[in-house]
Amino acid sequence: MSPSRESVRPGPAPAVAEQVLVVGDDEDLRDRLGADLTLLGYLPVSAQTLDPPPVGPSITLIAAGAEPKEAIRVSEELRSAEGFGHVPLVWLLDPADLWVVAGNEHLCDEFVRLPYAAEELAARLRLLGLRTGRDGPDIVHRGPLRLNTSTYQAILEGRVLDLTYMEYELLKLLVASPGRVFTREEILARVWGYDYFGGMRTVDVHVRRLRAKFGQDHAWLIETVRSVGYRFAQIRA
Amino acid sequence: MLQDDEREFVLRTMEEREVRFVRLWFTDVLGFLKSFDIPGEEIPEALEEGVGFDGSAIDGFARIQEADMIAWPDPSTFQMFPSRPGSPAVARMFCDIHTPEGGPFEGDPRHVLRRAIARASELGFTFYAGPEIEFFLFKDAHEPEPLDAGSYFDLTPLDVGSDFRRRVITGLEQLGVLVKDSHHELAASQHEVDLRHTDALTMADSIMTFRLAAKEVAQELGVYATFMPKPIQGAWGSGMHTHLSLFEGDRNAFFDPTDQYYLSKVARAFIAGLLRHAREISAITNQWINSYKRLVPGYEAPVYVCWGVRNRSALVRVPLTKPGKESACRIEYRAPDSACNPYLTLAVILAAGLRGIELEYDLPPEASDDIHRKSDAERWSDGIESLPESLPEALGEMQRSELVREALGEHLFEWFIANKRAEWDEYRSYVTGLEIERNLPRL
Repeated sequence: MSPSRESVRPGPAPAVAEQVLVVGDDEDLRDRLGADLTLLGYLPVSAQTLDPPPVGPSITLIAAGAEPKEAIRVSEELRSAEGFGHVPLVWLLDPADLWVVAGNEHLCDEFVRLPYAAEELAARLRLLGLRTGRDGPDIVHRGPLRLNTSTYQAILEGRVLDLTYMEYELLKLLVASPGRVFTREEILARVWGYDYFGGMRTVDVHVRRLRAKFGQDHAWLIETVRSVGYRFAQIRA
Repeated sequence: MLQDDEREFVLRTMEEREVRFVRLWFTDVLGFLKSFDIPGEEIPEALEEGVGFDGSAIDGFARIQEADMIAWPDPSTFQMFPSRPGSPAVARMFCDIHTPEGGPFEGDPRHVLRRAIARASELGFTFYAGPEIEFFLFKDAHEPEPLDAGSYFDLTPLDVGSDFRRRVITGLEQLGVLVKDSHHELAASQHEVDLRHTDALTMADSIMTFRLAAKEVAQELGVYATFMPKPIQGAWGSGMHTHLSLFEGDRNAFFDPTDQYYLSKVARAFIAGLLRHAREISAITNQWINSYKRLVPGYEAPVYVCWGVRNRSALVRVPLTKPGKESACRIEYRAPDSACNPYLTLAVILAAGLRGIELEYDLPPEASDDIHRKSDAERWSDGIESLPESLPEALGEMQRSELVREALGEHLFEWFIANKRAEWDEYRSYVTGLEIERNLPRL
């Protein structure tokens, strides 16, 4: 039984959407999860296998399907992947397969029974966020960058960046949708507001400043898309 | 709404980073950075009501009877200083100066530039500037003794200059001031740092930040950085060639693909405005007696009021735009020196250029390369004037200029002329070493 669309109620939307990785063989299940996660305000990234291993999500859902031991294998692989050690793992299992959790608690931070109800999924993801204390709804991880939207702090590999308000707002916008290209007009309107009388080049100036503050090693986090605009890099290992 | 968000950002950041002091910056009429520290806990009130201070002590600010001034921190300029281990966290904000009655203070250079920018905005333009700032590093503030030549060769490490530039650039980047290029200049111990263009107000703030950073880093290295226009007799002076462009939204208003030099009608009229009013704005772009010792033939400084494409001695140079690089299309105004007040300088430059656009000035023909070799009479017949040769000549031009009076506002205009006349009066009675050397043996 799959949940009706109407049953999905977005929770309090995170300040910046969190990226959720969905791994598993069952394409239909991945698609349903993707659609529901989007409605819940997350940014789903779907993958059949971990090759290439995506980096950057703040939560991973593992839909093991017919072979429950697959969840153990995938989780072990993720836990040892670079930059993945801290990412909570959620297993989606048939009730009959719940036995695999016993003895593997170190690999499973939460589980959801299949077929899942979107509201239960939403509640478990929120509780997971609170419980692990790692990310409230206000913290976004993107590879080496962490943005805390309640304290306005951006931390790059443990180093606090000294940003101005506009630099921070620009970064927040880009970070919300990695890989999405924003035009200068759109950035100007959304960060500076429509009545701002500075020109489009203000955007270029601020992107350069952000890159300078990231330092040479991380300047690539913001990509220039020629004659269009800018985007935050989609981070891969 | 945006203001509220900015305030919230400042307050939260200060809390998170445990900022103990905030440095409030503003600039006096002559371009000196003024700073006072207020404790972090007073910032919420400062952002709501401003901070009162006694303006009578600041050059060009109030007369005694109107001494009370209010400094309003501009939260968009809030910037943490790179933290030093063991030192308390410190941040800075630039301030706009208001009168106790409310409303901007006429003597505040930042206000003068804001007004010029608003004028450009009414015409649909955003004004961008990128300066090339030249300066010298000396052993101390008493003698213009170069570090990398002469007797001090042994006293300082050879690479103090490059070490200096590296430190300044890194420090500036953390403060959001981006450096495009930096190199050793022509004269011994002379350096140039080119800032990447920004809108004019940000740039004026950035130049102030740069000057302070340069002086502080020099101090750390046990040397002295100076922006004096001509510190060494017979050597190159320190200019601040400034690249300028106007944008209409995303479009470079200076660019026209069909023109021989890719210069639009707007660009041509802007250059014409600069040329026609160059003599009037000289006292602002070159505000010291010493400034005019830089503006002499033979040192690549502009002397004649003309423009050219390749000609590096022209007052306005038009760097060639590469095809496909429309946004880089710009002009370079070469008169200003590194000791100008950047707010006032950018304001009068903009005013002159806009006047050219509004009144549709015609651009005179490009100057030939050999303009320095021509006689005064030949230049006269070509209609090419010279920049003022001295501060009093420049002041005379300024005093007659309705354009500069309007750009600066009555208060600042009058104060500036009076202050500079006093500087000249003091100087003209001074007997120089040159006179003793030349005259004493003969007269």
